[in-house]
Amino acid sequence: MARIDLVDLAHSYGGNDAPQETFALKPVTMTWRQGGAYALLGPSGCGKTTLLNVISGIITPSRGKILFDEVDITPLSTQKRNIAQVFQFPVIYDTMTVGQNLAFPLKNRGVPKAEIDKRVAEIGRLLDLEPYLNRKATRLTADAKQKISLGRGLVRSDVAAVLFDEPLTVIDPELKWQLRSKLKALHRELDLTMIYVTHDQTEALTFADTVVVMHDGRVVQSGTPAELFDKPAHTFVGYFIGSPGMNIIPAEVRGREARIDGHVIALNRAYDNLPDGARIEIGVRPEFVDAVTPAPGLLTSKIERIDDLGRIRFARVRVGDAKLAARAPNGFTSSDGTAGLKFDPAHIHVYADSLLVEGAA
Amino acid sequence: MDKTVNQKAWFLVLPVFLVVAFSAVLPLMTVVNYSMQDTFGNNQFFWNGVGWFKELLDPSTDLGGRFLASLGRNLFFSLVILAIEVPLGIVVALSMPRDGWTVAACLVTLALPLLIPWNVVGTIWQIFGRPDIGLLGYTLNAIGIDYNYVSNAVDAWITVIVMDVWHWTSLVALLCYAGLKSIPEAYYQAAQIDGASRWAVFKAIQLPKMNRVLLIAVLLRFMDSFMIYTEPFVVTGGGPGNSTTFVSIELVKIALGQFDLGKAAALSLVYNLIILIVCWIFYTVMTNAGSERKPQEGAA
Repeated sequence: MARIDLVDLAHSYGGNDAPQETFALKPVTMTWRQGGAYALLGPSGCGKTTLLNVISGIITPSRGKILFDEVDITPLSTQKRNIAQVFQFPVIYDTMTVGQNLAFPLKNRGVPKAEIDKRVAEIGRLLDLEPYLNRKATRLTADAKQKISLGRGLVRSDVAAVLFDEPLTVIDPELKWQLRSKLKALHRELDLTMIYVTHDQTEALTFADTVVVMHDGRVVQSGTPAELFDKPAHTFVGYFIGSPGMNIIPAEVRGREARIDGHVIALNRAYDNLPDGARIEIGVRPEFVDAVTPAPGLLTSKIERIDDLGRIRFARVRVGDAKLAARAPNGFTSSDGTAGLKFDPAHIHVYADSLLVEGAA
Repeated sequence: MDKTVNQKAWFLVLPVFLVVAFSAVLPLMTVVNYSMQDTFGNNQFFWNGVGWFKELLDPSTDLGGRFLASLGRNLFFSLVILAIEVPLGIVVALSMPRDGWTVAACLVTLALPLLIPWNVVGTIWQIFGRPDIGLLGYTLNAIGIDYNYVSNAVDAWITVIVMDVWHWTSLVALLCYAGLKSIPEAYYQAAQIDGASRWAVFKAIQLPKMNRVLLIAVLLRFMDSFMIYTEPFVVTGGGPGNSTTFVSIELVKIALGQFDLGKAAALSLVYNLIILIVCWIFYTVMTNAGSERKPQEGAA
């Protein structure tokens, strides 16, 4: 059980002297509170696995410190840190039974046999592995094996955090839901800090109460799923979270007005303090743009296609070079292949060089 | 659908049939034929039935005594070299680098002995071990160890075993290395997190993951050492006395030295049969070991 603090933590596989753009993990300072369920979300190669391995001690960071409950554990080896990790592919000790697999970490630490048996039985029950304890672990299916990997972490009573590295990659889709809700239930029951790495936003948003979005080695935003959806701090977050992602449109912004292709869109807040020379874009979620019959005063766009997602339809449209998605209300049709776009000013955000700018009320 | 009957395709099988007949079936049958006969030269043969086979399995006769003694020596030799080469090969594989340019250097160095022809290996060690001009033999005698593989049976055995270990440990090491390389990094990381010692990692991960390649290594080394001929023949010629005369050397002595075609044929058939049986046992064990790994049912 522990609070985890990352203090100016960074890692470069090429050493600290390499230019910072090449760092696999760019300097980050943040706190993971005890008992939280966190998801590290980002595309492949964004540094999320590096961050996870730094926390577990498989990689020694080239810079900064990691504190578990305010104790610096950066120089400690993986064995000495009280963490458990579940890998992308199930790791099972082939020659052992399920029970022996679960007992392995305790045996290595010289725990008395009676204590081991008690813990193994307890974890076996918790993970619904009881009927299999005396079976060879190799013969089980991938999801059972992942549960064993998890069990080897949980069996230690001193475990501070459980790290998951895309643990559902090899699990059949219908079992993914089951296993994920099992993880949620365990989290509630055991009051453990869990950190879950994934590139799947559904997994991240359903599992975690705090989602940490990473992009290009940097933590770009950390917040609740609702925060990430409503107020992305970075255009990448807007685009990566949500399906379809946020519309990001180059625009000129002055005061309470944004100008796209010469067309003026009203904004709710005033933006007078935009940095000079920055690339200005506005971002608005497709859910807050309506495709309607073209009318004077509305931005006109060309419809490329309409995606029917069942409960909701999205029109894929084009304004100049920019591609947008907009909600197509029921009954909307277009006779000439064009649509007017109606924006909800409350949900338009302004970005300067990809970073969110707060407007003045 | 109408089918026309056409047997011409059988002609396509004919070449294979002929090749197999002349390369395998006919020679083998000739040997079977010889094994039932006795000859005193001049291409004259006399029927002897299963007489040679009876003699072969009876230690009190000359033929049986020589066969069983050489068979015993052969089995002992195979066991000794397996007991040395397999653990040694594993140790070598474990201590090899996992990446970097040194990997290539190690692989090439290890592969070198495997590329040397048998009788060159024999000649190398024959000269290497000579007490008068060989580096090994001369040095050993110079530091006061009385070593002479020509006159001392124990020295001859040690020479033959060390030579085989030198020649073939690489094969075991390379196979094991391939097995080790196929273990995903996550296993080692998980073991680290589980607090496993070096020995526990070896026992729980590396050895079980290597067991397929180890079976292959044991099979190959057993068959090869069981059929060994050239190297001991070049080094010791089967001596001193009969102390390093293995089955194949005995076979050549009987067939070509004494020209006892009947005895030699019977011996070679039994020799062949032993190898086939051992092969079959290994094959069965290996395929069973494979089927055990199939996932059966899951705990969802």
